[in-house]
Amino acid sequence: MKSISNADTRTLYFVAIIAILAPFILNPFPTDSGLAQFNAGYPDLMQRFAIYGILAIGFNILFGLTGYLSFGHAAFLGVGSYSAVWMFKLLSMNIIPAIILSVIVAGLFSLLIGFISLRRSGIYFSILTLAFAQMSFALAYSVLTPLTNGETGLQITLNDPRIFAAENVSGNLPVTSLFGMEMRDTWTLNLGAWDFQFNIGYYICAIFLLIAFYLSIRIFRSPFGMMLRAVKTNQTRLNYTGINTRPYTLAAFVISGMYAGLAGGLMASMDPLAGAERMQWTASGEIVLMTILGGTGTLLGPVMGAGFIKYFENIFSKINDTVLHGWFAWMPDGLENVIVWILHLFTGKGWHLTLGIMFMLIVIFLPGGLMEGMSRIGNWWKRRKGGDENTSEAKSTPAE
Amino acid sequence: MSKFTRRGLIKTSATVGAGLAMPTFITSPLAAYTNAPTGGSVTLGFNVPQSGPYADEGADELRAYKLAVEHLNGGGDGGMMNTFSSKALKGNGILGKKVEYVTGDTQTKSDAARASAKSMIEKDGAVMITGGSSSGVAIAVQGLCQEAGVIFMAGLTHSNDTTGKDKKANGFRHFFNGYMSGAALAPVLEARYGKDRNAYHLTADYTWGWTQQESIQAATEAKGWNTVNNVLTPLATTDFSSYVAPVLNSGADVLVLNHYGGNMINSLTSAVQFGLRDKVVNNKNFEIVVPLYSRLMARGAGENVKGIFGSTNWHWSLSDEGTKAFVKSFGTKYGFPPSQAAHTTYVQTLLYADACERAGTFNPCGVGEALEGFKFDGMGNGPTEYRAEDHQCFKDVLVVKGKENPTSEFDVLEVVEITPRSQVEYAVDHPMFAGGALGKCNPGA
Repeated sequence: MKSISNADTRTLYFVAIIAILAPFILNPFPTDSGLAQFNAGYPDLMQRFAIYGILAIGFNILFGLTGYLSFGHAAFLGVGSYSAVWMFKLLSMNIIPAIILSVIVAGLFSLLIGFISLRRSGIYFSILTLAFAQMSFALAYSVLTPLTNGETGLQITLNDPRIFAAENVSGNLPVTSLFGMEMRDTWTLNLGAWDFQFNIGYYICAIFLLIAFYLSIRIFRSPFGMMLRAVKTNQTRLNYTGINTRPYTLAAFVISGMYAGLAGGLMASMDPLAGAERMQWTASGEIVLMTILGGTGTLLGPVMGAGFIKYFENIFSKINDTVLHGWFAWMPDGLENVIVWILHLFTGKGWHLTLGIMFMLIVIFLPGGLMEGMSRIGNWWKRRKGGDENTSEAKSTPAE
Repeated sequence: MSKFTRRGLIKTSATVGAGLAMPTFITSPLAAYTNAPTGGSVTLGFNVPQSGPYADEGADELRAYKLAVEHLNGGGDGGMMNTFSSKALKGNGILGKKVEYVTGDTQTKSDAARASAKSMIEKDGAVMITGGSSSGVAIAVQGLCQEAGVIFMAGLTHSNDTTGKDKKANGFRHFFNGYMSGAALAPVLEARYGKDRNAYHLTADYTWGWTQQESIQAATEAKGWNTVNNVLTPLATTDFSSYVAPVLNSGADVLVLNHYGGNMINSLTSAVQFGLRDKVVNNKNFEIVVPLYSRLMARGAGENVKGIFGSTNWHWSLSDEGTKAFVKSFGTKYGFPPSQAAHTTYVQTLLYADACERAGTFNPCGVGEALEGFKFDGMGNGPTEYRAEDHQCFKDVLVVKGKENPTSEFDVLEVVEITPRSQVEYAVDHPMFAGGALGKCNPGA
């Protein structure tokens, strides 16, 4: 890692430490307490954080660096998932061939779509990618049913050939594994009232996340990355100086498509099912939201945005009326009902509303996303420290 | 970069070997099965569609689940627990543990449903998952439960595949299926509409639509009908006019709508607006058939359902003791009668609880054994059996018709015929159900 700067190395270490300690960080509340509702440290969600982190990092290489807004990235995710599940059906339950194939197929697919869509830029490019993604969705949903199993989704069954796998004698569906380590294996650590879950699948995802993050740092800091930024700043000027920008943008598009394929392959490796909804335009829009929410063009932002959205989707959508009534049971009946009725709009089914409001607030007040918020806090902190050196000692105990 | 030495090689292989052997150490061998309840309560997961085309059904399912939990914990009037032929349930929860529940939204999407079920199993410690309107979702979640080692009690799922090619040892279905609908409906249609008919199918494009269409086509063709065309419509469709228009000039004189929920309401309304029901084709009145009916749909489609035939798993106007008890307690709590979706989910919850009591454990293998081949009565469908070979319930099927003169907004269907179990039964290896394997029960952990 000598070719990346100290600051970048520190960021990488920071991400690595967060990823390793995620089971602790995401489970701050004791298991039996009322606040356990807000715990996010269970394997499925942690895997999602890592997988969507990879997806957003990849998307950011295209959108953050070149400014080309692709509205069809979910298609690559879906293609990756389907390839991976087919590997599980045909070869074996080892995740390595599945992930390799999903990256390759997504790469080829993005080469095709990118080659056509990149003839245009700006809004026309976005519309073209959106159209391609919707076409892929329709194909997967109904036309290619023999390949994708349509709306039901592609699943593994007992009768699949699986030519490299040992004969299944247990009569149970086989589980995805990496040379014998099953993805679903979880070890629970009980510390007093707390339960922390360490899941193999999650750590595999986290390793891929770190690799993806490192590669993205290298791309950001490379001459190639510089060229992509030049495309974003002023493509016309580049063209006038005699530089053909197409190969650069196409390369960025394919790289980010492969990142999406990797995410899709990992998703199928954690849970061997591929559904067509993964390719719908709402899924593509979600990727755009993640990146903008976290901070376009920053290294860490997309990962944070992905975590933010997935947290809302999985935790807020679970807070139903019964839970709300449980929280406010101490209030007088009339008041309780009013409060529950108001909060009801923002939790459970209404989590989209909460997310929408948060998104609006962030875009209006922090155009640079969560990363801008963090750097503002950081600056404020520095200024405060620098301003009154003498008294800061007493005051600077961290506000929890 | 690095030098290969013998010592280095040995070191590396020892590390790799230890790494590979790791999983045998870190799986916790304490519990015999996934999410064994430890405290004074047991958690069930209710995974229903709260948005999407089946949201109405999902809401009614959730009401029934809450009612079932209340009854299991000894609240309310006990409902069907009093009429149920098995007397293992005492109203003190399940095996003395208080029943608690968590809910989730499947969004009528396989991915979202699996994510929601996973978080119930991994985070909330649910020992049983139930629910699912839409067979696609039910099959996806059933597969997940099989892998995770918890029981799945299927809710509203009517595809042949749920207990056919996608059947799983940990999954159980009380609801009837497409084949049964066809077998029950075909004789009635033959008697009313004659032997010489040309049918046009509009079919929801997923596992349920496919298998139901196949079943209806086979059953009606056996009676001499001809199938003109079968058009697949995406589940997310809301405007069916472009699908209904071609029916007019197709030469068909019967339209079969293999749609459910919001889809069916829209396609039927569209068909009626196109004047299909007033048409005369081949000197015969044009007819519409909706093979799978529910009261919620009939109510949504309003006037349009009058005189239209279909089949249903259960209807609140039946007069047996079980139905009366259930309608009474549901009506007292919510102020209106339950739908068939509510009925099947309520019954599934009681059946699960009862099986736990009889098995004396929450272990999926013990519960599965208690349910396999279980014969019971008093749950609104008459004598019923959970067939051991495919985990499908066998019971009578109702053929219903949209009422001509409804007395209230809930009284929209009338029961035309109760088709006996013997007529809708099929062999386990029937071609429409072949191709899958139950596998072995998986207790997980």
